Amino acid sequence: MSRYTGVTDQDLREMLDAIGVGSLDDLFADVPEGVRLDHPIDLPDGQSEQEVHDHLASLAARNLHCDEEVSFLGAGMYDHYVPALIDTLLQRSEFLTPYTPYQPEISQGGLQVMFEFQTAISELTGLPVSNASVYEGPSALAAAGYLAKLETGRSRLVVSRGVHPHSRAALRTHAAGYGMEVVETPLNPEGATDSEALEEAVDEDTAAVFVQQPNFLGTVEELGEVVEAGKTTGAMLVCAADPLPLGVLRPPGEFGVDVCVGEGQTLGNRLDYGGPSFGFFAADQRFIRKLPGRIAGETRDVDGRRGFVLTLQTREQHIRREKATHNICTAQALNALAGVVYLSWLGKRGLVELAELMLRRTHYAREALGLKPINPGPVVREFAVRAPDLDALFERARAEGINPGFRLAREYPEYQEGLLVAITERRTREQIDRLAAVVASVRREPAAAGAAPEGGRE
Amino acid sequence: MSEDVLTIFERSRAGRRAFVPPPTDVPEVPVEELLPASAIRRRPAELPEVSEPEIVRHYTTLSAKNFHLDEGFYPLGSCTMKHNPKLHERVAALPGHARLHPLQDPEHAQGALELMWRLQDALGEIAGLPHVSLQPSAGSQGELTGLLLTRAYHEDRGEERRKVLTPDTAHGTNPATVTMAGYEVVKVGTSADGGVDLDDLREKATDDVACLMLTNPNTLGLFDRNIEEITRTVSDAGATLYYDGANLNAVMGVVRPGDTGFDIVHFNLHKTFTQPHGGGGPGAGPIACSARIAPFLPVPQVVRRRGENGSEPYFDLDFDRPKSIGRLRGFQGNFGVFVRSYAYIRSLGADGLKDVSQVAVLNANYLKARLAELSEYLPVAFDRTCMHEFVLSGRGAREKLGVRTLDIAKRMLDHTVHPPTVYFPLLVDEALMIEPTETETKERLDHFAAVVKEIVEEAKEDPEVLKSAPHTTPVRRLDEAGAAKRPVVRWRPDAENPGDPGRAERDAASGTGAM
Repeated sequence: MSRYTGVTDQDLREMLDAIGVGSLDDLFADVPEGVRLDHPIDLPDGQSEQEVHDHLASLAARNLHCDEEVSFLGAGMYDHYVPALIDTLLQRSEFLTPYTPYQPEISQGGLQVMFEFQTAISELTGLPVSNASVYEGPSALAAAGYLAKLETGRSRLVVSRGVHPHSRAALRTHAAGYGMEVVETPLNPEGATDSEALEEAVDEDTAAVFVQQPNFLGTVEELGEVVEAGKTTGAMLVCAADPLPLGVLRPPGEFGVDVCVGEGQTLGNRLDYGGPSFGFFAADQRFIRKLPGRIAGETRDVDGRRGFVLTLQTREQHIRREKATHNICTAQALNALAGVVYLSWLGKRGLVELAELMLRRTHYAREALGLKPINPGPVVREFAVRAPDLDALFERARAEGINPGFRLAREYPEYQEGLLVAITERRTREQIDRLAAVVASVRREPAAAGAAPEGGRE
Repeated sequence: MSEDVLTIFERSRAGRRAFVPPPTDVPEVPVEELLPASAIRRRPAELPEVSEPEIVRHYTTLSAKNFHLDEGFYPLGSCTMKHNPKLHERVAALPGHARLHPLQDPEHAQGALELMWRLQDALGEIAGLPHVSLQPSAGSQGELTGLLLTRAYHEDRGEERRKVLTPDTAHGTNPATVTMAGYEVVKVGTSADGGVDLDDLREKATDDVACLMLTNPNTLGLFDRNIEEITRTVSDAGATLYYDGANLNAVMGVVRPGDTGFDIVHFNLHKTFTQPHGGGGPGAGPIACSARIAPFLPVPQVVRRRGENGSEPYFDLDFDRPKSIGRLRGFQGNFGVFVRSYAYIRSLGADGLKDVSQVAVLNANYLKARLAELSEYLPVAFDRTCMHEFVLSGRGAREKLGVRTLDIAKRMLDHTVHPPTVYFPLLVDEALMIEPTETETKERLDHFAAVVKEIVEEAKEDPEVLKSAPHTTPVRRLDEAGAAKRPVVRWRPDAENPGDPGRAERDAASGTGAM
């Protein structure tokens, strides 16, 4: 008996008798002798709860986390404050332990949460329909590529290099399956999507064009211009967006994009070394019967009471099988709950206040660092600079308990000395000034930095 | 409208708030000076304005309308609703895990990388396939990864194959994945004993078949006795063998897909390895594969490297894999899920995992035996020793009692047990697919059997009680057809919602819907 099973010796005898077999082994008689394991699998012995706890705690202690350094690391996931009420609500068994709400009569809580989530995402993105979550940001973008294939039957996807490198990579991986070519278009010298190059890249066979707002470097894209350039041949326009800056930025839906996707970690989800978080997928009304994943809809019960159900399920794999609009089943319901609770906590005014604070601090930090910006125009939440002696900067910053940001060189060889600096409501002016002081000291005496550590990590 | 069905948006009152921003410590430059006019939001998003106590009450009230695993028996076939150990929540929340940035230098994320490496190692051992990627986000993304690996493998050999075989008992994700991966679905039939129809398989295993996707035990809960013949046939045709790990809970420590000839396996960490289901995620769908598939695995891979000059080995992310299919998603996967599943494997060890499978199979067979007395109404679809789950047919109940499987399921809701999966697999008439899992005690199984018996007796007396069930739930049967016909998928301040009782009349009068 292991600690999560409860078969006593007496239970075992009674149960085997009721079944009509003599032993547990008899229950596995269908497994051919030739393939049955004749030895135990090779794993460490099971441990008590406290031993497992201590082992996991000792592993956790070997990670340098965001409470232990001042982190300007972003590049897709950000050190935002997660309010305590999210921990409390997400740990409720009623939310934590049910399955997907296939029986709506006993799942109204989860279903209404999905409905509220869809409403909030719709409001943020300016698009009329949203699903109830997909896995995370980059695969959400790839799912939009699949929708574009189903919708247009065309075979090319054009993606701006302003889109997150992981999103572009996921798009290429998925597109290799559904048989589409992915073409990248460059950024202009200001670190924004080059609209002319984009317009040249789209042709009659282009199914969709992908951009990101703000883009990977933090540049606020001129979405009106980009959408116009991308739509000249009837391609769908897909915009990835970070939801928090949408407190100040005009929503993608108002620029006529067809689909808006994104990473939801910034909405009340932990960093968790990259997941689980959630992805969102919002679209124009005409795609409502083609979206991937679960959608909750409002309806009534036989007594006329308000209720919610999973709806439009004929899109989905369990009904439609090979004709489904996507294969997704389990998505990220609990993380989406965190998202809608967070947005309720921020509220209508709070989202604007938070976004404005990030906007102002981002500009303040770019100025304070005094390094040559890669994207000198409008930025929010993140900006990129050229730092002539990155290794020295990292070494000295880390000695002061500061992680200066994300090195661009691996993903953007064109920015060899590029540093991407992320700003959240947690990064105070005082912390920004400390980073600026380190930058200044490296400029003053680069030689004092000593031997360079290994460089060029992701 | 009654107070307890308001959405959070309807609880909003202008001026209320929960969030207080940190002080603005940088110059308050007007937004118009920092952003071009064309980029500035003109109208704030209509998020609710609610105080913290009201948010907590709203979602706590909502939560109480969910049935959940910590409340009662949840024999939802194929979903493996086993207990979620509470330790896992505690260790996943440790700041070293929960507050770790995914792009932290590997040198400063050694604990996380070691955990992932050890989990890879354990999953590889459980599957008998040593090369593992934890990256896929859930089972369906694991399946897609498996077929993309298959495609890369064949292309690398200069072969183009167009078809993928899936048995007609397969989960819907299998055929959906085949299409997404650019292949054509070829269905393989089921034999009289509930396994793969070998004649049909031999006929269809041609040289343009890229892969067979097989769930074993299958969705009928049956282990395929001809598994060796099946893998030989497919392998001889030059195709890869994909093992859908949805039902792995039945066979841990007993038989390994790798030893049976499979090339690729996906795990559902939210099924077999206890990640809480969360009302529909998160999950994780790692894959394990054989050496011939390994070069194509996603990047990055978590690796252990030898230290230089005799220093300790260290863990790293390996991006230098020229034949890799690339990324499926961002970062390293659902790490928080890995923490829980790794804790589970450490808690149980090899013996404990084998015990899991043995008891899962024991519980399913015991419950099947207990329900055998109802076989006139609910016969077992394929009456053999089952594995971790079994499928009943509601044919008898429909013919003799005039009630459908749906009615039986809905009546269970009044008994505080979750119904089984219904109407799947498709080849069983009025199917009820029952998976008790190993974490249920004999008393819980006995109780469920008694509930089913009571419902059948009730149907003999008065079938209307079932047809109008449930009676005690927060809402009763819902108009799903209407919801799909006129979808209302968001709340709008300016529109009436269907919950408004006056709406139906107005709609009828005007001939319009809400959207």
